[in-house]
Amino acid sequence: MISRTVTVASSVGLHARPAALLAEAVDESGVDVVISFDGEEADGASLLEIMTLGVKHGDEVTLSTEDDNAGAVLDSLVELLSRDLDKE
Amino acid sequence: MSAEHRILHGIGVSAGTACAPAAIVQAAPGVDTSEPASTDPAADGQRVRAALAAVSVGLKERAANAPAESRPILEATAKLAADRGLAKAVDKKLKKGLGVTAAVHAAVEEYAEMLKALGGYMAERATDLYDVRDRVTCELLGVPAPGVPQVDGPVILVARDLAPAETATLDPEVVLGIITEVGGPTSHTAILAAQLGIPAVVKATGILEVDNGDILALDGGVGEVIVSPSDEEVELLDERSRRRAKALAGSSGEGATYDGYKVKLLANIGTVDDAARAAVVDLEGAGLFRTEFLFLDRADAPSLEEQTQTYTKVLESFGERRVVVRTLDAGADKPLSFADLGEEENPALGRRGLRLCQVREDLIDTQLAALAAAHARTKTDLWVMVPMVSTMEETKWFADKARAAGLPKVGIMIEVPAAAIRAHQLLDIVDFASIGTNDLTQYTMAADRMDGELAPLLNPWQPAVLQMIKLACLGGRSTGKPIGVCGEAGGDPLLALVLTGLGVASLSMAPSKVNAVRAALRMHDLATCQQMAAYAVDAPTAEQGRENVLKLVSPAMLALV
Repeated sequence: MISRTVTVASSVGLHARPAALLAEAVDESGVDVVISFDGEEADGASLLEIMTLGVKHGDEVTLSTEDDNAGAVLDSLVELLSRDLDKE
Repeated sequence: MSAEHRILHGIGVSAGTACAPAAIVQAAPGVDTSEPASTDPAADGQRVRAALAAVSVGLKERAANAPAESRPILEATAKLAADRGLAKAVDKKLKKGLGVTAAVHAAVEEYAEMLKALGGYMAERATDLYDVRDRVTCELLGVPAPGVPQVDGPVILVARDLAPAETATLDPEVVLGIITEVGGPTSHTAILAAQLGIPAVVKATGILEVDNGDILALDGGVGEVIVSPSDEEVELLDERSRRRAKALAGSSGEGATYDGYKVKLLANIGTVDDAARAAVVDLEGAGLFRTEFLFLDRADAPSLEEQTQTYTKVLESFGERRVVVRTLDAGADKPLSFADLGEEENPALGRRGLRLCQVREDLIDTQLAALAAAHARTKTDLWVMVPMVSTMEETKWFADKARAAGLPKVGIMIEVPAAAIRAHQLLDIVDFASIGTNDLTQYTMAADRMDGELAPLLNPWQPAVLQMIKLACLGGRSTGKPIGVCGEAGGDPLLALVLTGLGVASLSMAPSKVNAVRAALRMHDLATCQQMAAYAVDAPTAEQGRENVLKLVSPAMLALV
């Protein structure tokens, strides 16, 4: 298993559009990614699961996958979450 | 095969006649109570997944053909239907032994509760999730999708009731008429249908028994609905329509009685589009611009700049004519996600309108500043009023703010009996007042205006309501300040005569109603209107009052009532 930790830059947190963009990116990558926050886990491809984590701006989340070859995918997701997606 | 011929009677809420096939607005189905427990969760899970996928595809197709403003909602809803989390949650419910529709309802409820607990924008997504639930349930049950069906040709929409959002997106070119099983004369369906100029009948008991495609004819003036009408009946309806048109012919220009007593005829509007549509109608301005449409269904309050732009557009539409703006009327049944004051036992009696703005002064301050900026950019005769006033303190609180912002004409709504009774005192410190008849009726009669069962109490002909209006007008006369009426009552030609007799200076209504009211005024002199007012106020009952007034009308007027 590999994982990355990232601070969420979006000003509304992982809600609405940013959550939808993340779910879409995970879905398109074809990799199973789990997002952990505050002891809870969410399927990275599920908008509903991501939204119900209640991640706010500045919160730290962990992205992980069982696929040890998916480091590049995790890196691109980290890059995504480090941007202020609300402004895009 | 045509349906059995029959005539139903409802309440006519938007005048005009129409004849077309019925298009049924499907109500959302609940859980199928007869369904068996899941014995094969894996297979049932696949069934639900297939249904979710079908709903998602259907919504995406609808989004592709939808107008720009409703497209994002449909696209977001399509994504929710395809969400893996939802399908997994359904699997868990199926494993516990729930049947397919029960599993969908339970899974959606769990997520919806979580979203609601997050509040704001997320809470609003719960509504989209319920939409997915209803569509998937229909798919699983093999019945048509809920909501307004997609139609090409002309139809008459038939529904139990329509949600405001559903009514707002209707195309008058395709939807020739609306008939609902429930609702009252002041329900949203009624108000919006009149605004769009679509003939409508509400509370037509039995209408839900018709099938898609059954031919219907309706008269939105008298509230008659004919199922499978004969050619003669359609002709008779048309004849009625023609007589109406004749009575309306030549109705143009300023509102005034036969002997020249002026009553300004104004439009009720809610959006920039409404303003543009109303401004080309022969009327004297806007008597009620409901600003809450700018605030509803949003994650954050609109900025000063955005509000200034919107108000400027609305004011520009009307040139030098009058525009009366009502400041934010939200709270209670019109909640704002960014100004949520929590649940209330009796929302209509709760912190709405001015009361909400006293808690969130930033909202009203920004709005007044935006209105002042828009006024500075245009030449329009701008009047600004605040809703839900009951006391002198509240009146002063608003008047001070509005004057400090530099607004030229400052007023209040009279919709609470306390304000009607004390109009004399309240008008001492503002420039004008406008009577909101729907809410004044609701509060005078202590009857929820959304409750169709209470229609007899919600009748503005109730002598108690008219007496309340009379008191407000007396307050206006003794202070020399104008009192207007903005509410559905002002758009009823007969009641408009009574209100004129009571002394109102302006009547504001759906633009489509202005012609009939103007024609009615032209047919009567002020003394007759005053006699009508006395008859209506002194009548023992609402029905008796209306009948007494009818005895005084000019024969030419009968085609309008």
